Amino acid sequence: MTTTNTDVPVTTAGVEPPRDAHPVGSARSERLSALVQQHGALAVLLIVSLVASFSFGSFATGDNISNMATSSAFLAIVALGMTFVIITGGIDLSVGSLFALGGVLAAWGSRHGTLVALLLPLAVCGLIGVVNGLLVARSRLAPFIVTLAAMLGARGLMLALTDEGADTYLIRKGSLLAELGQGSTLGLANPVWITLALFVAGAVVLRRTRFGQHVYAVGGNEDAAALMGAPVARTKILVYALSGLLAGLAGALNAAWLASGVTILGSGMELEAISAVVIGGTLLTGGLGYVSGSLVGVLLLKVIQNVINQIGSLDSSYQQVVSGTFLAVVVVAQTWLGRRRQLM
Amino acid sequence: MAPPAEVLAVRGLSKTFPGVRALDDVDLTLHAGEIHALIGENGAGKSTLIKLLTGVYRPDAGEIVFQGRKVSFATPLEAQKAGISTIYQEVNLIPLLSVARNLFLGREPRNRFGLLDMGRMNREAEQTLSTYGVRVDVRRPLRTLGVGAQQMVALARAVATEARVVVMDEPTSSLEPREVETLFSVIRGLRDAGIAVVYVSHRLDELYAVCSTVTVLRDGRRVHRGRLADLDRLSLVSTMLGRDLGEVREEGLTKFTGEHGAADAEPVLTASDLTVPHKLHGVSLSIRPGEVVGLGGLLGSGRTETAKTIAGALPARSGGVTVAGVPLRAGSTPAAIRAGISLLPEDRKSEGIVPGLSVRENIALAALPRLSRFGLVSEARVDSVVDTFIERLRIKASSPHQKVGELSGGNQQKVLLARWLAMNPKVLLLDEPTRGIDVGAKAEVQKLVDELAADGLGVLLISSDLEELIEGSDRVVVLKDGAVVGELTGDDVTEDKLMRTIAGNDPARDAGKEAAVDG
Repeated sequence: MTTTNTDVPVTTAGVEPPRDAHPVGSARSERLSALVQQHGALAVLLIVSLVASFSFGSFATGDNISNMATSSAFLAIVALGMTFVIITGGIDLSVGSLFALGGVLAAWGSRHGTLVALLLPLAVCGLIGVVNGLLVARSRLAPFIVTLAAMLGARGLMLALTDEGADTYLIRKGSLLAELGQGSTLGLANPVWITLALFVAGAVVLRRTRFGQHVYAVGGNEDAAALMGAPVARTKILVYALSGLLAGLAGALNAAWLASGVTILGSGMELEAISAVVIGGTLLTGGLGYVSGSLVGVLLLKVIQNVINQIGSLDSSYQQVVSGTFLAVVVVAQTWLGRRRQLM
Repeated sequence: MAPPAEVLAVRGLSKTFPGVRALDDVDLTLHAGEIHALIGENGAGKSTLIKLLTGVYRPDAGEIVFQGRKVSFATPLEAQKAGISTIYQEVNLIPLLSVARNLFLGREPRNRFGLLDMGRMNREAEQTLSTYGVRVDVRRPLRTLGVGAQQMVALARAVATEARVVVMDEPTSSLEPREVETLFSVIRGLRDAGIAVVYVSHRLDELYAVCSTVTVLRDGRRVHRGRLADLDRLSLVSTMLGRDLGEVREEGLTKFTGEHGAADAEPVLTASDLTVPHKLHGVSLSIRPGEVVGLGGLLGSGRTETAKTIAGALPARSGGVTVAGVPLRAGSTPAAIRAGISLLPEDRKSEGIVPGLSVRENIALAALPRLSRFGLVSEARVDSVVDTFIERLRIKASSPHQKVGELSGGNQQKVLLARWLAMNPKVLLLDEPTRGIDVGAKAEVQKLVDELAADGLGVLLISSDLEELIEGSDRVVVLKDGAVVGELTGDDVTEDKLMRTIAGNDPARDAGKEAAVDG
């Protein structure tokens, strides 16, 4: 359909057009609160980074920055998938286990070549994501429970593959896979490039495709979305599949980076990813969110972690205290912004 | 000129839900360019009919012929694609998405890369909406628009999907008068474009302003169909409520016994000038001790809202409530309860009983603070209160420990009543106290209301059951569109007068007539 036939001839002559019933200077304060919601984390990230670079000579060095970037990459990929899930109003607790499973599968598969090493984790983790999506969308089970089950199941699967973690599969040095994880291009580590590319693609998908529209619509008002013709079930299945896929990919890249499938990784990663997404301005209740924000959220968590390490005298456990406090502040601020909007 | 084409024909549509025949052999015909009023009281089957038309439910019997083809929609989406769009009472759009994205969701213009063409989308959205009198920045989130403008977006969306039939379920319930006018001109535009409109509303003025034909449903059956102009307001109301005008004076029996309350006593409750945006416009009423004041009016006239506002459950923009002369803090339920106001809500399942708890626990729930000392509940005092009310209200339960969810509707209602009576209220607000309970229990609850009033309580009675309202009340305050349009006292409390007041016949003219007769 190229033209719309929306132009029903209507005479509104002599009738005042309905203007906003609540013109409480709302346009400006609406824009302000949207700005804070979308870019608040970025502002904090810049301030923290600025202060850190003045306080610690070792913070703003090329090595430190590139280390932070590389170690952020894997969490960022997981957070990207999580962003889609959370915008639909769901949650995916299985990503930490899928991350570990993906790493082990990649290392195990690397014996059969790089292609198998990459496709195997994508296939298995993607499939688990599809199952999550099917259960959430068709059986109308709570995402929390469905993905909790998947989290336990995937970790079990990973332990079975590694004989309870006793076997560690190594990735041969010099293989294409190892190069993908450990090498660098134009001064930036390969995983960082991959992450940036994925985020650009993610942003385009979310903002500029019909699927992206449906993701927002399902999270914004599921019943209305269904009545408006959005394929609610398909959208949900796709976001969980995407989340599983990205978690598997992140795990595989991480294994390539470490040159082995480490079984103890990934526990608690789901919560880290959720924190990053929420800190980045995505509403935990769904309907509103930005992939760029999630990237900023991940960086912020990693910078805080780095700064606490820089302080040295401070126990690194405090990094979680700081992250937790920060998350609480963000959520309170979001609620407050949300309430202000309700009033407008 | 040939008569306009038949767009939709519904024949013998029936739908039964467990225990209820919601729709019974109903016919409905719509022609191109017809604005058809669909009316009926609560439970008459309007929403069931709409849901059958739009694919939410599937009929048990009967057929729907749309544009000459027999159809059976499995989902609202199918109906919408075929050309039957629905605009719901509550705006059903995505508040956080932009106006343009809402308008185009599911049929967005795309560029040659398959990506959304935002420029074109925003441009076309602006154009489309301007024909509906909405001029806004379409990139703003929908929720930043006023309700009226949102309603227009929903309408524009419904029409844009090449609708041949547009069903509007109380589209004006949250609109300002100015916005209603715009809506009407849009509806007339649809009519001129050959679209058939089904218009559901309880506001008679609106029906007469835009509709040409009418179908009246009552108890799941079609009781009238014809040109709206052939039916005056009073006949419309009496058809809708099922009261034969000639027989109105020979009233049926209820268990109410009649008058109580001293006419000269100071009011125990005074509500003055209560205003809630879109809902109430300056409602005032007073209740004296021992008096049952009925609150009459059609569905959506603001009866429930009045009770809720008095009980502090709805924040009023202006106006105030005093209990026994003491002003009440506005918008606070605890304050209202402390002052002695108890509200028995309309929907006892969602707003009243806790089905998993026992009769005893349900009764004691609200009164716990009064039955405890230093934060500890005195079991003995709870027992004595609970026993008193089980006996006094004749609650039929196997024991005080039976779960309330297992009791009949009538007994559940009594448990709720007991809960509030345990608070020693001064005023009781009863919203549809006998809805959904069987005849025997109904009579008992009615008798109970009588007894309570005789004990000196002030009672506000809301009921869609005219008999109950007439015979249970000493006075009836009539609401229409959120404002008081009349008050019936003494011998004026009759169904005939009540219906005339609801129908909105000019009271001054009536008064003039009577004066002329007297003279």
